[in-house]
Amino acid sequence: MQKLFKWGATAVVAAGFCAVAGTANAADPIKIGAFLSATGPASFLGEPEKKTLEMYVHKLNKDGGVQGRKIELVVYDDGGAGDKASTFAKRLIESDKVDLIIGGSTTATTMAAVPLIERAGVPFISLAGAVVIVEPVKKWVFKTPHTDRMAAEKVFADMQKRGITKIGMISEDAGFGKSGRDQSLLVVKNYGIEIVADEVYSPKDPDVTAQLTKIKNAPGVQAVFNFGFGQGPAIVTKNFKQLGIAVPLYQSHGVASKDFIKLAGPAAEGVRLPAAGLVVPGQLAATDPQKPVVTAFKKEYEEAFKSDVSTFAGHAYDGLQIALAAILRAGSTDKAKVRDEIEKTSGYVGTGGLVSMSPTDHMGLSLSAFHMVEIKNGDWMLMKD
Amino acid sequence: MSAALLQYLFSGLTSGAIYALAGLGFAIIYNASHVINFAQGEFIMIGGMASATMVAAGVPMPLAIVLALLIAMAVGVILEKFAIEPARNADVVTIIIITIGASIFLRGAAQIIWDKEFHSLPAFSGENPIAVLGATLMPQSLWVVGVAGVVIVALWWFFNRTMFGKAMLATSHNRLAAQLVGVGVKKVLLASFALSALLGAVGGVVVTPITFTNYEAGIMLGLKGFSAAVLGGLGNGTGAIVGGLIVGIVEALASGYLSSAYKDAIAFIIILFVLFFMPNGLFGKRGTDRV
Repeated sequence: MQKLFKWGATAVVAAGFCAVAGTANAADPIKIGAFLSATGPASFLGEPEKKTLEMYVHKLNKDGGVQGRKIELVVYDDGGAGDKASTFAKRLIESDKVDLIIGGSTTATTMAAVPLIERAGVPFISLAGAVVIVEPVKKWVFKTPHTDRMAAEKVFADMQKRGITKIGMISEDAGFGKSGRDQSLLVVKNYGIEIVADEVYSPKDPDVTAQLTKIKNAPGVQAVFNFGFGQGPAIVTKNFKQLGIAVPLYQSHGVASKDFIKLAGPAAEGVRLPAAGLVVPGQLAATDPQKPVVTAFKKEYEEAFKSDVSTFAGHAYDGLQIALAAILRAGSTDKAKVRDEIEKTSGYVGTGGLVSMSPTDHMGLSLSAFHMVEIKNGDWMLMKD
Repeated sequence: MSAALLQYLFSGLTSGAIYALAGLGFAIIYNASHVINFAQGEFIMIGGMASATMVAAGVPMPLAIVLALLIAMAVGVILEKFAIEPARNADVVTIIIITIGASIFLRGAAQIIWDKEFHSLPAFSGENPIAVLGATLMPQSLWVVGVAGVVIVALWWFFNRTMFGKAMLATSHNRLAAQLVGVGVKKVLLASFALSALLGAVGGVVVTPITFTNYEAGIMLGLKGFSAAVLGGLGNGTGAIVGGLIVGIVEALASGYLSSAYKDAIAFIIILFVLFFMPNGLFGKRGTDRV
C-alpha cells in the first residue's frame, strides 16, 4: 500500500485497485506472468520453458490450485528481442497486473526488462544464464540457472585435478560464447591454468579448422575448451576430430542436450562437459537428494511431450516451484512478502541443484550443482572423480 | 608451417565452395530478370531441411534428396506465381523487397512445418578425413567443390546450347524484343525461379553434412552467397564461384595468420576494396545504358 502512494498522479486509481485486491477473496486466481523466447533464435530455450510452465500450471489447477486459489498463467513470446521483452514486461505489470513474473529466456531479454520490474516492484525469476542478472544483487530479481562463470569454474577445477596447466580456448564470438569467454578469462588464474591460444568463431561459420590448427600448433596445449551453443560447438567437435588433435576437448553446459550428440555424431565421443543432474538422472548416486526430483521431472516431461527433456525446461520448473513455495509461505500474493520469501528459499531441491538463496545471493546454487560428464557411446557418462 | 598453410587453404576451400554454391543461385534469377532474389538462402534451407528430415524419417537418402529438390522447385514456382508475377509491372526494387518478404515468410513456414532444431545429413562418402601433406580435408568438402563445378558446366550448357536457355538470356537483355520474336516471357520467369530454387536446394543438400541446417540457416548462406556473387560480378556463374572461394580463403587465412576476431571484417574490407576499383565485380560486364 505504502509504495503505491508514491506514484503521484495515479495514486487514486492505484489505491482503488489496491482496495479491490486487498479484499481479494480466496477464489481470486494467483496471476503468474511470463515472457519467453518461444520463437526466434533462442526458441530452443523458450519453447521447452513455455511448455513446462503450461504443463505444471494445468496440473496444479487440476489438483485444486494453491491454497484453494487457481493459478492463471499469462505467457508472451518475445521472439528473443530485448525491446519486445520490455514491452511485454510492461504489459504484464500494468494491464495484466500479475503477482509474479517468470522469464527472460536469454540474458538480453532479462536485462531489458529488469529496470522496469525493479521500478514496479514485482518479484521476478529469470531463466537466463549470465552472472550480471544477479551480480550486483537487485532487490526484485532472482534466477534459477547456473551461470557461465560456474560452468567455467567447474571445467577448470576438473582440468586442475588432471594436472592440466596450459589450454587452448575457442569460443563463439557472440552472446553466450562471448560472455562465457570473458568469465573464463576472469577465473582461469585461480586454477593455475594458462590460456595459451584464444580463438573465436562466428555463430554460423561452416568450418573452424583454421582456428583449431592455430590452437593445435600453439606450444604446450594440454586441453581445448569450447564455449558456445547451437551448431557451433558441433562443428568445432567435428573439425577437432578431423584434425586429429590428441588432447581432451571440453565443452560448456551450452551443449548439454542430446541434439549436440546427434549433430556431432561419432566425433562427440570423449567430449567432456559440466551438466546438471537432469541429464544423467539414472547415474546419480541413490543418496543424491536430486535423484528423485530429476527422475520424476524427466519422466513427466517426456511422457507429456514425447521429446527429450532439456535443462532449460528444468529451469522453468525450478522457477515455478520456487515461486509457488514462496507464495505458500507468504500466505498471500503480497508482492513484498513474496519477494522476501523467495529470498529465504533454503534447501530447495530442484532440477538444477540445491538452491539456498540469501540477501546477497539471488541464485543460490553452488558448484556442486554441476556434474562433469563425458560422452561415451552416444550417451552421457558421469565422470569418476 | 607449410602444413598449417595448407590446412588454412583447405578450411577456406570448404567454406568458399559453400559460399560459391550459394552465390550461383543469385546469378540465374539476376540473369533472367535483374532481380536479386533475397529468398535464395531460403531455397538452400528448404533443400537441406527437407532432405534431412526425410532421411531422419527413414526415407532412403537418394529418394529423399530427389524429393527435396522437387519440393524446393515447387516452392520456387509458387513464389513466382503468387508473389512475383502479380507485381511484374512493378519496379525491380519493389520485386526485390517482395523477395525479402518472401524469405521471412518461408522462414516462418519452415518453423511451423518442420521445427526449430538443427538437423544433419550423413556425409556422402563417410567421415574419414583425407590427409594431404600433414593437413586434412573431409570428403564432403570435395563433394561441394565437385557439385559446384558440375553446376557451372551445366549452366553454361543450358544458357549457350539450349533454346530455352537462350530465350532466358534474351528476356534479360530486352524483354519486349524477346516477346516480339515469340519468347514466352512469363514462362521464362517461372522457369528461372524453378531453376534457381533447384540450384539452391542442391547446394543445401550437399552442404548440410558440413554446416548442419535449421530454419534460419538460409540467412547466413544467403548473405555470404550474395557477397560472393557481387564480388565475382552479378549474373556471372564463374564469378560467383571465384568470389565464393576468395571470401572463404581470405577468412581462413585471416583467422590463421591475423586474428579470428577480425576475419569477417577482413573479408568485407577486401570485397569493398575490389568493388571500389571494379564496381561490376571481378568478372562482371560493364553496365551500359542506351540513351
